[in-house]
Amino acid sequence: MRYLTPRKRAVGKGSAHAGTHHHWSMTMSSVALAFMVPTWMYLFGSALGQSRADVVAVFSHPFTAILTALILVIGMRHFAMGATMMIEDYSRGTARKILVMCVTALATVIAATGLYALIRIAL
Amino acid sequence: MAEVKSSSPRRVERPLSPHLQIYRPQLTAISSILTRITGNALIVGVVLAVWWLAAAAISDNAFALANAVATSWFGDLVFLGSAWAVWYHYLAGLRHLYFDAGHGMDIATAEKLGWGMIIGSVVLTVLTVIIV
Repeated sequence: MRYLTPRKRAVGKGSAHAGTHHHWSMTMSSVALAFMVPTWMYLFGSALGQSRADVVAVFSHPFTAILTALILVIGMRHFAMGATMMIEDYSRGTARKILVMCVTALATVIAATGLYALIRIAL
Repeated sequence: MAEVKSSSPRRVERPLSPHLQIYRPQLTAISSILTRITGNALIVGVVLAVWWLAAAAISDNAFALANAVATSWFGDLVFLGSAWAVWYHYLAGLRHLYFDAGHGMDIATAEKLGWGMIIGSVVLTVLTVIIV
């Protein structure tokens, strides 16, 4: 017999309490990044090593600025969730909680710093 | 619960599955853990790139320092490594989507895809270095 109440079986979200939400979020962000990252790598690689004025010119172009902003937001969310999954696999208790907070903070600070830079460059 | 505890004072010695160390390394396991390693290691390249971009936004002095680091041998190493990590993680992600759709789960196909990821990521990294 299954030790599930009818309500739990109907909700069907298992021991994670969130069903496949984490997995599906990673799937969606991975597809988005798969479309965006190769173009961004080309733009970034071309700008790297140039003068400050040239770098500012590349990243103030609307296409580059919007693409970079999207990659920062979606990429850092993808990183935070993936790193959280790794931490949850290898640590437990208080250490796990602190590490999850740290990688989430790191991802958020990086995204915020990048967006601030873009606003100063592009606007 | 109290009854269970008093009737079993110490843990039952159940057989354990063999430890990871006694397995011969398999391509499927290596290609899987490399996905996690490359994905998480990419944060190093991202930090360097975002520092460089923020420095370009802020001042000439800030950019001079960040650009010197980003174009030094250290920066080259980080960005070359990141290029490979991106491509490896990219192909691994595509394989994951393929697996998620229920395809390629037999050992022969999984190993072929594993080699495809390893060789493909090196080829794409070389192409990136040539093009960019």
